[in-house]
This record gives sequence, C-alpha cells and structure tokens, in this order.
Amino acid sequence: MFSRAYKTVVTVPPLLWVTVFLLVPYLLMFCYSFWSVSPSQVIVHSWNFDNYKELLQKPTYWQTLLRSMWIAARVTVFSLLLGYPLAYFLSFYAGKRKDLLYQLVIIPLWVSYLVRAYAWKTILGSDGVLNTLLQYVHLTKHPLDFLLYSPFAVVLTLTHIYTPFTILPIYAALEHIPRNLVEASNDLGATPAQTFWKVIFPLSIPGVVAGATFAFVLSLGDFLAPLLLGGPSGIMISNIVVSLFGAAYDWPLGAAISLGMLLIVVSLLFLSERLEKKWSFS
Amino acid sequence: MEFLVSGPTGKGTTNIPRSRWLLVHAAAVFAFLYLPIAVLILYSFNGQGVGGFPPHHLTLNWYRILFADGPIWDSVLNSLQVAFAAMAIALTFGIPAALALDRAQFPGKALFRRLVLLPLILPGIITGLSLLMLFNVMGAKLSLMTIIIGHGTALISVATTEVFAGLQKLDRAQEEASLDLGANYWQTFWRVTVPNLKLPIIGAALLIFTLSMDEIAVSFFLIGRDNTLPLEIWGRLRRGITPEINAVSTIIFVFSLVTIVVWYRLRVKAEGSAEVGTELIETTTSGSIVG
Amino acid sequence: MASPITPDIAPTASTQSPTKPTLLSIRNVAKTFGRNAVLRNVSLEIAEGEFLTILGESGSGKTTLLRIVAGFESATSGELWMENERLDHQPPYRRRVNTVFQSYALFPHLTVEENVGYGLRVAKRPAAEIAQRVGEALDKVKMTAHAKSKPSKISGGQQQRVALARALVNRPRLLLLDEPLSALDANLRRQMQVELKSLQREVGIAFVFVTHDQEEAMVMSDRIALLRSGELEQVATPREIYSRPATAYVAQFIGHTNLLKGDARSGAVNCGSLTWSASIPNGPVLFSLRPEHVRLAGVGISCDAVVRIRGHVMHQAFHGATELLRVECAGGLVLVLRTATGAVPHNDVEIEFSPADAVLVRESPERN
Repeated sequence: MFSRAYKTVVTVPPLLWVTVFLLVPYLLMFCYSFWSVSPSQVIVHSWNFDNYKELLQKPTYWQTLLRSMWIAARVTVFSLLLGYPLAYFLSFYAGKRKDLLYQLVIIPLWVSYLVRAYAWKTILGSDGVLNTLLQYVHLTKHPLDFLLYSPFAVVLTLTHIYTPFTILPIYAALEHIPRNLVEASNDLGATPAQTFWKVIFPLSIPGVVAGATFAFVLSLGDFLAPLLLGGPSGIMISNIVVSLFGAAYDWPLGAAISLGMLLIVVSLLFLSERLEKKWSFS
Repeated sequence: MEFLVSGPTGKGTTNIPRSRWLLVHAAAVFAFLYLPIAVLILYSFNGQGVGGFPPHHLTLNWYRILFADGPIWDSVLNSLQVAFAAMAIALTFGIPAALALDRAQFPGKALFRRLVLLPLILPGIITGLSLLMLFNVMGAKLSLMTIIIGHGTALISVATTEVFAGLQKLDRAQEEASLDLGANYWQTFWRVTVPNLKLPIIGAALLIFTLSMDEIAVSFFLIGRDNTLPLEIWGRLRRGITPEINAVSTIIFVFSLVTIVVWYRLRVKAEGSAEVGTELIETTTSGSIVG
Repeated sequence: MASPITPDIAPTASTQSPTKPTLLSIRNVAKTFGRNAVLRNVSLEIAEGEFLTILGESGSGKTTLLRIVAGFESATSGELWMENERLDHQPPYRRRVNTVFQSYALFPHLTVEENVGYGLRVAKRPAAEIAQRVGEALDKVKMTAHAKSKPSKISGGQQQRVALARALVNRPRLLLLDEPLSALDANLRRQMQVELKSLQREVGIAFVFVTHDQEEAMVMSDRIALLRSGELEQVATPREIYSRPATAYVAQFIGHTNLLKGDARSGAVNCGSLTWSASIPNGPVLFSLRPEHVRLAGVGISCDAVVRIRGHVMHQAFHGATELLRVECAGGLVLVLRTATGAVPHNDVEIEFSPADAVLVRESPERN
C-alpha cells in the first residue's frame, strides 16, 4: 500500500543517523581495542592482541568483573524479591487504588538517578541521617562504618533504583493473566498458594525475566553509584574503564573492556529473549 | 484498610491473612522507595547540614543560596538547551524509524531495529565511550553539541518505541480510507497518521525531555567546558556536600514528578490501559518492539 | 412411462454479459502472496449502475479482488480498465473509485461532518460547495442530526452510514463495499440491506458489494459473482444462479440442494436407485435438485414424467412456514424436501420429483 518513495523517505534518514552514531562507534570501539597507547600518551594504531592478553592474564580485571557480577546479581535478586510481591499486590489486590498506586511506582522510576544516589549518600554516612538516628534512639553507640563506602551501599542504592524497573514488567505480565484462569484453578480444587505457583507464577515469568535482565545489565555497567558510595572495596568494572579513559589514559585497554561488556550485555539480551519466548504462552 | 479483593476468590476464605502480609510488604516497599527522597527534601530545610538527627533549625536559607548560585543556573540553561535539541533529534529520526519498522522491508532491518533499541538497556558508559571514540576520530571537540548528539541518539529508542506502539493501535484502514478519498501519501501522513499519533508523540517528547535533563552517564564522557545540571551537581559532590544540593534535588524531584504524572495521564488517555511505561522495559529485553 | 426429457446443460461461468455499458473491466487478474495464489485468472465486467455482489467464503479472494480495484494491492498479472484507461496504473487517490471499509475507518479526530467532507477538502473544492454537498450526503443517509458528533459517540450502524456518505459525496464512478454489514446484528442488517439497495437505485452509481452471506447477495444484487479459491464459479443474476447453478459448489453454496450422482447410459440416467430417461451423452453425471422440487407423492398434479421413491423420515426441521424433511430412501440415498408445515402424518413416505427439475451441474475442480 505504501509507495516506494514513502518507504524510502521514512527509512533512509534514521538508517543513516543510526549507522553513523550507533554502528560506527561500536565498530570504532572494536578497532580501538586492538590498538595500544605509547608511553608518550599517544594512541598508536598498531594492531595487536595485547589488550586482550592483559585482560585475560591480570587477575584484577577478572576479580573486579566477578565482583561486579556478584553485586549485580544481588541487586537483581533483591529487586525481584521486593518488586514481585508489590506487583502482585497491585495487580490482584489494589482494586480502586490501582491507578494511583501505579503512578506511585513509576514516579521514582523517572526521578533522577543522581538525586536518589545522593539521597542515600546523605543517609548512610557516618554523620548521616541513619547513623545519627540510631545513636539518637540509643540502638548503637558508634556510627556503623559499613553503611557507606562499601559494596553494601552500592547494592542498597542500586536496589532502590532498579526495584521499580522490575515491578513494571511483572505487573504487566500479571495483568495479562485472564482472571478466569485463576477461577478455573480454584474451581478445580487448588488452594490459593497452589494456584499461585502452578498458574500465576509460570505465566508471569516473561515479566520476571524482563525485569531481571534490565536490573542486572544496568547494575553491571554502573559506575556512578560505586564512585559516590562504593569506596575502594566497592569498585566495579566500569570504574576501571572510567579511569582508563581518564587519569590512567589507556583508551585501547578501556575499549577492550567496554567491548567485553558489550558482548556480555548482548549475550544476556539474547538469553533473556529466548527465555521470554520459551515462557510465553500466548 | 478496606480494599477490594479483585483477585482469586477461592473456595475458602484463606485469602485475608495472605493479603495482610502483602499489604505490609507493599507498604514497606513504598516506604523504601520514598523515604530516602523524603529525607532529602526534609533536610533541604535543615539549617545544620545534610546529616544529623533530628533536623532542627528549619530554614529556607539553602534555597536562597541556590537561587543566587550562578553556575547552577548556567548549567540549568545548558541542560534545557540540550534537552530541547535532543528532543528534536530523537523525534526527527525516531518517528520515521517507527514508521519504517512498521511498514517497510529492507535489508538489515533486524539489525537496525536492535541498534535503535540498544541504548535503552546498554549501560550509559558504553554508549558514551563509543561516541567519544567517534568524536575523537572525527577530531571534534567536546561541547554541548556532542552531548546533544549523545542524548539525541540514545533517546531515539524512546521515540521509536512509543510511536511504534501508537502505530500498532492505528487502524491501517484509516490511511487506506484517506488514500481512497483522494489524498496522496504526504497529505495522508499529515491529515491522518500524525493526528492519530499526537498523544504518543507528546508522551515520547515529555519522556525524552525528562530523561535528557537527568542524564548523567552518557554526558559524563561527552562533556566539554559547559556543564549540564546533573554534571554540575556531580562536580560539587566531589568537593563536599551541602544542603544546597538537597535544595536543587528537591526542585528536580518536583519537576520530574509533575512531568511524569502529566505523561501518565496522557498515555492513559491515549490507550486507556494502566500499563504505560512497561513497553520500554519489555522492548529492550525481548528483542522486538512491544506495544 | 416417462417420456425422455432433455435437460439443458447449465450455463458456464461468465457467459452472462450485462446489458448496460461496461464501466470496469477486470481482465485475467491474478494475485499471489509469496507462494499463496489468492486470485487466479479472474475476468469480470461490471456495468454502469449495476449492483454486483462478489460472493465467497473466507479465503476465496474476494476482499483481495476488491482491494486490487481500490488500489491498495497491485495484481501480480492482469489488467484493470475503466473508461478506456488503465486503472491499475493509477494510485488509489487518483481513481474515481471509493471504498466503504469493513471497519468503517472513520477518522476519530474529525467530526462526522468533517469526515464526510474529507475527500472534498483534499480536492480543494470551495467551502460553499463542500458544505452543500456534505449536507446533501448526510441527509441521504439520515445522519444530519449527528453532523457535529465524533465517531466514537455514535453507534455502529450510524458509523456505517457516515462511511457510506463519506464515500458517496465524492461522486465516484464505482463504489466498493467490503462486507459493510457484517458487524451489524441481524435485524439492523436486514434493514440496511433494503436501504442500501434503494440508495444505490437513487444515486445510480455502480456498487460492488463483497459478502460471504448468500442470502444477502440474493436479496440485494442485480448480479452475483461467486468466487471460490480465487476463481469465479459463476456470474449470473440471483434467479439464474439459483435455478441453474453451473457447478455442484454453486448449487450447495446458494440455498439448500440435493446432489444426485450417477451415470448416463444410452438415454437413461441412473442415480443409485433412481432412474429416468434423458438424452445426454454417456458418462458420469451430477444433478442438483432443490428441496422445493421434491414433493410428497400424491400432492399436487401428478404428471407423466415423475420419479418416485419410498423412504423413511429421519429428521424434520421447522422453518416457520415450511419444513425441511430428511428422508432416507432405499440404497442409502438421502433426499431433502421442503413441505408446508404439518403436511407429514407418518414416518414412512413416498416422495417424487420431475426429472425436468433436476439440473445438470459440473463437478468443481479441486483447487488448493
């Protein structure tokens, strides 16, 4: 129905822009990862595998990557544990308040990352709100150190940020479950708990996968929370990359790590797609 | 608390205790989500600084200092410029991209779709660094322009997703009817397609604006001499925290709140469903554009 | 003793040419989607001012044919000619053809008035002319009172009238209607059938109407084109198509019928346990016998050439003024006959029919 001219006009400009500003940069990143930097801080276009060798051989990178994945995993699990019951409540029990409560969920989602990370920073510090509160009510005598500048702080902050991101797709998946399936299950003799595990939960899995993927991938690549709240023990893989593009000036090595992260993300997306398809029954 | 149980009715009445726990959990999670922000707002009025408990000596002083703070307002201006320009770019390329994905077949379409949607889920550092390398190779100096390109490119994904969802709901027959009645493709686009996409486009614009104003990860690497608001705040944070930052954060929160509620109302009006926003997350993780 | 009857061979498809001048000429149109041949070699002439219905099951290709005429699909091969010009070379917005869509496709952001005037505004007609023509069109479909309403505020039947007005106001040479009544409930549907027919008479424009409902087609059309699996089975007036179906498919699709399979040999026809004489060439034969032509023996005047058989009533279906009886006869043959209500006193009956009422039909070729 649409003429060739129409389709061309509509396709070519975005295609061009995306090629120049999305595809080419990734390709450049690929190229950079095979170059090196000379002692005089100049990027040399000599093609080699040195960067990759370094990544594979030096334990720092592996350890940091694993620590980052561990942090991301905890963030994901906690976000799901916090988010799923709330999504369930919203979908099945909220009744007339559903609309209002849903808005209450999406508001924190779009409020600035920085504002929320900063809020935690002021709360968790040794002079922060939490510590002084605990001392004020005589629960503790001294400020708790681990609250700030630790992996704990990073996990806590990122969980705070990504919980709404898990609530949304789970809620959507739950909303799509026809209520008569639940009624049928009850009619056939299943208790509410059985109905949940046998009917509701399986049908909500695509939402869980979507939320989990989102939380995991974005936590893995985060560098702001570690910088603000992580301290030396909370350094994540992206922080290494940041310094390589900053003071430690080794763009090619940084590019190599970034490329690795890109590949990890793409693989996770691929995996999540397969899982979602497998668990979607509509 | 009285609420309608709109869920499983079951043969027994064992639902009530379970829902009490759910209610407690829900309240706790809402508290977890909002208390830090509430604290932050509260302490923007605290004379003694950002920490300490309980807050006393409530004052508007920090707001006064904020309003007199020149560099902050410069950065606000920069952020506004960037946000509007990014909005223009994202819509200019995102709307045709949605149309192309909906209607055209071309080689590399699958790759194109994935590329366009990738920035939604890719950690900002990768988007930012890859563009930095591009600008480096091009010999371009970092400035507000580079940030604009960064935001615009990344946010095409938002425009495309929202407009595509709107296209799915558009009855193809309407455009055929318009052609049938004598309007050509260009006329049909402006008289029929765009009016039907008005709400998704406005919604996307609002979202893009807000996301650009708050954006920090991509901007981090593309910044030149002029700061955007988040980066200005970030710079101060490295130097030491004062309740003035609480004050500006509070104002940001209020603006975001208003924008999001308006966006939500628009989307619900357009579609009547309460699942707005989920399509952005589902699209990124499922590999296809979810309406 | 029955005297030989020579039944006429039923006419083949597309031999009925219209008596008025041809408006649209569809020549050998075929359409393939991928590997799927939706239309194969369709040729049809549509006369000025006629009401032609394209009738077919879902998947028969009728909507595709309509869309090709409208211009939303292009034919894989074949030509369309209208008024000595190639129609298929023109984009939809240049054809003097308008469509009433199945979903009505009213523009939700425009009022009823604005919807109807859309084509005129696009053609840049002067405002006064637009107002006058729109007023006339709304009046014709009795929607003047709703001129300022938005489509979401009016009922399905009302939307349908607006869609009609919107198409007709442009004075097209040909109006295409894609199952416009399928979304209406039965009573409203019957009412609209009558209204559409009289509207068509009034404006004098050729209507091409697509439907799967054979009753609807019979009621409204000047001619019916029955489409099956992308090819035309028969094109004829409703009476013709009913009384002289060309193929078994046509006979079964339109109304009820009995299909009698048999052999012809040396001037006699054998269909199971039924025999009568007929001078037709030897070979396998297929007859279509309408239930209203099968009678209870002894009812009405018995003429010489009558085929009689005994049987046993299996099922009676009440249809108001008449009943449809399924009678199982010797040799497993089942005949359906239509009688006046209350005419059957016992289960065992003797039924009869005149061989003249048995219409010879072709077998329809297999198509996938």
